[in-house]
Amino acid sequence: MLKIEQVSKVFYPGTVNEKTALEDINLHVNEGDIITVVGSNGSGKSTLFNLISGTYPVTGGTLVLDGKDVTNAPEYKRAFTIGRIFQDPTKGTAAKMSIEDNMITAYRKGMRGLTISLNNEMRDFFADELKQLSMGLELRLKDNVGLLSGGQRQALTLLMTVISKPKMLLLDEHTAALDPRNAQIVMELTMKFIKDYKLTALMVTHNMQHAIDFGNRLLMMDEGKIILDLDREHKRELTVAKLVQMFKEIKQKEYDNDETLLAP
Amino acid sequence: MLEGIFVDGLIFSIMVLGVLISYRILDFADLTCDGSFATGAAIATMSIVNGLGIPLALILAFVGGAIAGFITATIHNRLKVPGLLAGILTMTMLYSINIRILGNRANVTLLGKTTLFNTIPKWIPSLNSSIVLLIGTLIIVFAVKSIVDIFFRTDLGIGIGALGSNEQMVVSLGMDPKILKVIGIGFSNALIALSGGLLAQYQGFADANLGQGMVVQGLAAIMIGEFLFDSNRISLITLRVIFGAIIYKGLMFLGRYYGYYIHLTPSDLKLLTGILVIVSLIIAQTRSAASTADARKKALKRNKERRSALLDHKEDGNAEN
Repeated sequence: MLKIEQVSKVFYPGTVNEKTALEDINLHVNEGDIITVVGSNGSGKSTLFNLISGTYPVTGGTLVLDGKDVTNAPEYKRAFTIGRIFQDPTKGTAAKMSIEDNMITAYRKGMRGLTISLNNEMRDFFADELKQLSMGLELRLKDNVGLLSGGQRQALTLLMTVISKPKMLLLDEHTAALDPRNAQIVMELTMKFIKDYKLTALMVTHNMQHAIDFGNRLLMMDEGKIILDLDREHKRELTVAKLVQMFKEIKQKEYDNDETLLAP
Repeated sequence: MLEGIFVDGLIFSIMVLGVLISYRILDFADLTCDGSFATGAAIATMSIVNGLGIPLALILAFVGGAIAGFITATIHNRLKVPGLLAGILTMTMLYSINIRILGNRANVTLLGKTTLFNTIPKWIPSLNSSIVLLIGTLIIVFAVKSIVDIFFRTDLGIGIGALGSNEQMVVSLGMDPKILKVIGIGFSNALIALSGGLLAQYQGFADANLGQGMVVQGLAAIMIGEFLFDSNRISLITLRVIFGAIIYKGLMFLGRYYGYYIHLTPSDLKLLTGILVIVSLIIAQTRSAASTADARKKALKRNKERRSALLDHKEDGNAEN
């Protein structure tokens, strides 16, 4: 589904602010994989997502998405394969437009012509889809999205992303800005949609328990590198304590190496 | 006299629809308007003077405005400068171009030529000419309004609306915001130039300075319209723009005719328009602050009632025990 080879990202190259955010990342995502990504702030998770979706160009390396080299493809073209959901619920929907207008934009993904697609048949279809969220939004098709709560907006964003028929989801801490109850609802919906539509997914989370409970593979990132890649077998026996322990061991090894390097 | 204000306001409202698209729908502060309005007037005037006929004159004005909009959007897209600067650049360049279009003159008269507005009264000769003129202008404006309404209900139009509200979403949904901006700003300026082309025919001349201050006047009309009623439906939004435009022209008429008593001169009208916009902004701000404060007070009251109800309930319970 996605092949990341030797990808690196350097911000502000050649200036005093030069910063290497990602270093020679290699990652093969298979079709149907649901991968959780953990790592502290600044470890490069978001940069990795931005490179995959095309927000920034890569400094080096290649990206192959769904069999096509997309290393230099603009973000809006990759969006046909990738559905991205951000942490901020306001990023995925247009606040000044009604729910039905938002949904038709998602449903008719891509550049469109002068046809009017939003008819009553479409409205019925949207209402049916909205029922899956059990938030009563099916009765508010004509309301502006700005009137919805954060949880409702994020659930709507999720639904819109799914009906735009991507092959892969990039979930960037998409429940982090919600209260625990809404986070739970959105998380359950996410897993339901991934299963129903047979999607491949990459999910960044700061919730270690979520990282362990969901998906079939776990990545840990630190200082621009993938330092841990656990498959289903290894993930099954994982606990939060073990994960933290593993992180410490890897870090310790690095420190030891540095010490030998610096030793006289 | 009264019909004059309406006809003037109606022609002006097509310009305001253009400003609505750039400022309100696309959220793009576009100053091209000040230049493209005069461009439309110049193109229509010269087309009529050279005998191309009224329909072609208006079509050419529309296309000329669209090209001006494309240029602004392209400067903004390619050179990554703010829309405001891109608009100012195009507007400044258009000033020279407009004088070229007018044949190196600052103004050209349509005196003695057949224009749309001396043709319309001949449609129904039995009726009072100014009434027929008003009806004819109404038909034109509502035709333009319908085109705008339909455009913003098409998939492309909704995409442009989404761009003004959330650019990231548009990108995430596979649309190129650059192309949407070119189309949106192009359409906006096409309407503005069309309005200029109509006004030149109505007043009987085109002037290179015709567009000066148009943006602010358009904003004033939009804001007046927004006081009338609240809606997220495009047909009602365009309707209130038309009302706003007519009311604005009415206010300016009052300023021109009765301002004399308080020593106002026509040159003071731009100052008045600016003050009108500022006052509108202040009112809108106090209104939203008031409604927030109101909502807060109500929420506090509700909470207090709930608390006291809970307390009562407890006391009842205690008493029973």
